[in-house]
Amino acid sequence: MMKHTPPRVPLRFFRWFCHRDLRDSIEGDLMELYGERVNAIGKRKADWKFAKDVLLLFRPGIIRQMEGYQPANNIGMYKSYFKIGWRNLVKNKGYSAINIGGLAVGLTAAILIALWVHNELTFNKNFENYDKIAEVLQNQTFNGEVETWSSQARQIAPELRNNYGSDFKYVIMTSWNGTHKLTFNEQDVRKSGRYMEPEVTEMLTLNMLSGTRDGLKDPSSILLSESAAKAIFGDLAPLGQAIQMDDKLEVMVTGVYEDLPRNSNFHDLTFIAPWELYVTSENLEERTGWGNSWFQSLAQIEDNADMDQVSLKIKDTKLNAVVAAGDDDDRFKPEIFLHPMSRWHLYSDFKNGVSVGGGIQYVWLFGLVGVFVLLLACINFINLNTARSEKRAKEVGIRKTLGSIRIQLINQFFTESMMVVVLSFILSLVLAQLALPWFNEVSGKQIDLLWSNPYFWMIGLAFTILTGMIAGSFPAFYISSFHPARVLKGAFKAGRFSAVPRKILVVAQFTVSITLIIGTLIVFKQIQFTKNRPIGYDNIGVISAPIRADGIRDHFDAFRNDLQNSGAVKEVALTDSPLTATNVTNGGFTWEGKDPGMAEEFATLRVTHEFGEMIDWQILDGRDFSRDFASDSMAFIINESAAKYLGMENPVGKSLKWGNNGEYKIIGVVKDMITQSPYSPVKQMLFFLNYKRVNLAHVKINPDVSATEALSKIETVFKKYDPSNAFEYSFVDQDYGKKFDNERRIAKLTSAFAALAMLISCLGLFGLASFIAEQRTKEIGIRKVMGASVANLWSMLSKDFVLLVVISSLISIPIAYHYLSSWLENYEYRTSISWWIFAVTGFGAVLITLMTISYQSLKAALMNPVRSLRSE
Amino acid sequence: MKKYQLGEFEEVVMLTVGVLYDEAYGVSIKKEIEGRLSRGVSVGALQTALKRLEEKGYLRSREGESTEERAGRPKKYFQITALGKRALEYSKTTREELWKAIPNMAWDIKSSGI
Repeated sequence: MMKHTPPRVPLRFFRWFCHRDLRDSIEGDLMELYGERVNAIGKRKADWKFAKDVLLLFRPGIIRQMEGYQPANNIGMYKSYFKIGWRNLVKNKGYSAINIGGLAVGLTAAILIALWVHNELTFNKNFENYDKIAEVLQNQTFNGEVETWSSQARQIAPELRNNYGSDFKYVIMTSWNGTHKLTFNEQDVRKSGRYMEPEVTEMLTLNMLSGTRDGLKDPSSILLSESAAKAIFGDLAPLGQAIQMDDKLEVMVTGVYEDLPRNSNFHDLTFIAPWELYVTSENLEERTGWGNSWFQSLAQIEDNADMDQVSLKIKDTKLNAVVAAGDDDDRFKPEIFLHPMSRWHLYSDFKNGVSVGGGIQYVWLFGLVGVFVLLLACINFINLNTARSEKRAKEVGIRKTLGSIRIQLINQFFTESMMVVVLSFILSLVLAQLALPWFNEVSGKQIDLLWSNPYFWMIGLAFTILTGMIAGSFPAFYISSFHPARVLKGAFKAGRFSAVPRKILVVAQFTVSITLIIGTLIVFKQIQFTKNRPIGYDNIGVISAPIRADGIRDHFDAFRNDLQNSGAVKEVALTDSPLTATNVTNGGFTWEGKDPGMAEEFATLRVTHEFGEMIDWQILDGRDFSRDFASDSMAFIINESAAKYLGMENPVGKSLKWGNNGEYKIIGVVKDMITQSPYSPVKQMLFFLNYKRVNLAHVKINPDVSATEALSKIETVFKKYDPSNAFEYSFVDQDYGKKFDNERRIAKLTSAFAALAMLISCLGLFGLASFIAEQRTKEIGIRKVMGASVANLWSMLSKDFVLLVVISSLISIPIAYHYLSSWLENYEYRTSISWWIFAVTGFGAVLITLMTISYQSLKAALMNPVRSLRSE
Repeated sequence: MKKYQLGEFEEVVMLTVGVLYDEAYGVSIKKEIEGRLSRGVSVGALQTALKRLEEKGYLRSREGESTEERAGRPKKYFQITALGKRALEYSKTTREELWKAIPNMAWDIKSSGI
């Protein structure tokens, strides 16, 4: 009689779940019944009944004990795991070092980046009214382009208060942050601070250490920060003392507030003086109208108001006021809106009047980098562990023979992985602490490892466990699946299949590293490119000093003479704005051929006669200012961009009418100079003479004289005309250099992380290469015996890896290209991504790879074949 | 005096084991119950009951021969133990006492009420 077999799936299912002791007898019963049924009712029905029987057998009494071997001495087992794990680590010091080191490095990078991101995201969060505070911004349209300004007219706050009082809790005006001289008992201290309306104390919920928040209501009062008070008064009680501000204003200290934290926009607010005082002392009521956006305005909306709604409501505040006042500034189409405090730090880039991001892209960038670097380290860990696991195969075989079930083995290897991860974590904490000073310096922050913060420890621990689980699970499951019979027979080779995932991981590692390196190179290239952009004037050996006393203005000619007579100075000039930040703009110009609808705007710079000579600008057409021509007091020199802006082919001789100020004649055209951002095109600029409203003195040092000698001579002259103020100066070329600080910082950070990624990848490669070489010892021995040369062997061993790296390079090219082009789009003035960068990086990567694995390959290739063929 | 935990089905299984004497194993027990009581017995329920009874000590098992119909798997023969016998007797006695205690009137079942 033909033997029919019952359906396979139910049978296998049964064999899987049934208790070992019962399995045989029950299976026998099932088979017997099956046999009878097949004869009685046919195969199909018999199959169906068989399956039904199996299903109904799936009950508690029959199911095998899953937990089975719950050893009574759990602790003992774990102790043994630790012991064996530790012995393993110590036995292979090299591998352990690579493993622990690589993972620690990855964790350190992740920790630092996490702290940095945390710092960025909690900027300004120390203020209680964080969600309700906003800056009042305006959008204006100049010639079809929308510009977003933080600067506001003095009238904006009262206007908002009057029209939208129910939506706002507070609206205040404030001056920009500036350094002022504070004198007490003949001693001067320079501190930075602002003039603000009194409600700011409530808005920023200042923590008053002495005095009250109402202290600012008195127009001749001043509030000091804790550190400012200490600097001025030492241990003396500051409250009620009188100090002098800028040698002209008498103010009384009515309160001291706690210093504002470093990661807030107001950290340099070391004193607050009353806004009223500013208005009266500078005669702002007469001098400023709606067209003078010289100040800043901050607001706090009512508790139940919605930021976006209020922002929309106030849109036409300025427009309406300007129209009602009969001003013609409405042609700039001003729109007022609120910029919430929650977006100040990271979303302050505006394009066409809309907030498009800002610092946030760097948070994303570095967050991603951190994740990737950690991923690399984990990949390394997995790769190395899995590869090395083949050494433990015999151990697994014996353990299984002695009765270990799979879960125990998984536990064991998990424990070993966790040990390594915990060690790495501890090491990474140490490394992070050591690297912190450098990191703080490069990133410009004050970050500390939050030792005392419980969240830090919780997250750190969770992180460690997560990493341990991820990195440890693959090897654990893989190793514990070894079949004891095959393993102990001795011919065990980890299947071919394990080589492929390993290769994928290596490719992934190198792709990330190479992408990072390409990114770094391009960042550097961009910086270099912009630095190489011709400035248009000579800023070497030029110093700028702020003018703090009228003495210099009033006696300029004598001042200039004295300086030149000292022999240390080539030329002197005064201007109203710094040479690296000519941010003052003006409108209200008309000229022949001007489009009447054009909303024009020019950058302006007030200069003295010798300005051009001092900075050595290039006159392309017409002439420089000259003392021989009295009419030059109503003359403009314009730059190339201005000539284009005006649409004039021969501007020299033509004139511009400037509102009520009269008609100015263009006497010369000068070559474009970079006086603002080196990343933007040069703005249309007008230069004109003014000796009254100038704030800075620029001195070109005689190149034949040493800087220190020149500086002391210049200082003497300054002291003569301004005895009460200390001589402060800065070098213009250094100020210019500071403009690249942000990009330089990014370059430093990306290069550090690129190097790190490369290091981790190479570590992994090193470990893998040595392992592979070990595995192929016999093969190499035989090849040598057969006549292969060292070079042959070396190339054979290296070939695989080099191929992987080449693949990585190719993959990384489109990725890098995509991300870097979009980063470069941020800059109007940008470099191009040339192909040689990719070539160089790829080549470099291959070279590094070769260097890393050569050590192992050569070692293997040079080994005596007798030794390698003599088996264990 | 110990309490003998014996469910209805378990009792039936034990009695059948007794009936089959030396021939009681999975399939034969199942067929016997199905034949005598005209009720379906699932292999799973039977096996569980047999296992439980063995755990309680009412049955003991021994390995039998393996045959080709059973794909080489041995049979497991069951026998009642002394403890099992006492349990069965206890069950029988308590049932009989309950029977005797019922008054005759309970058997006059008239239809009453709604």
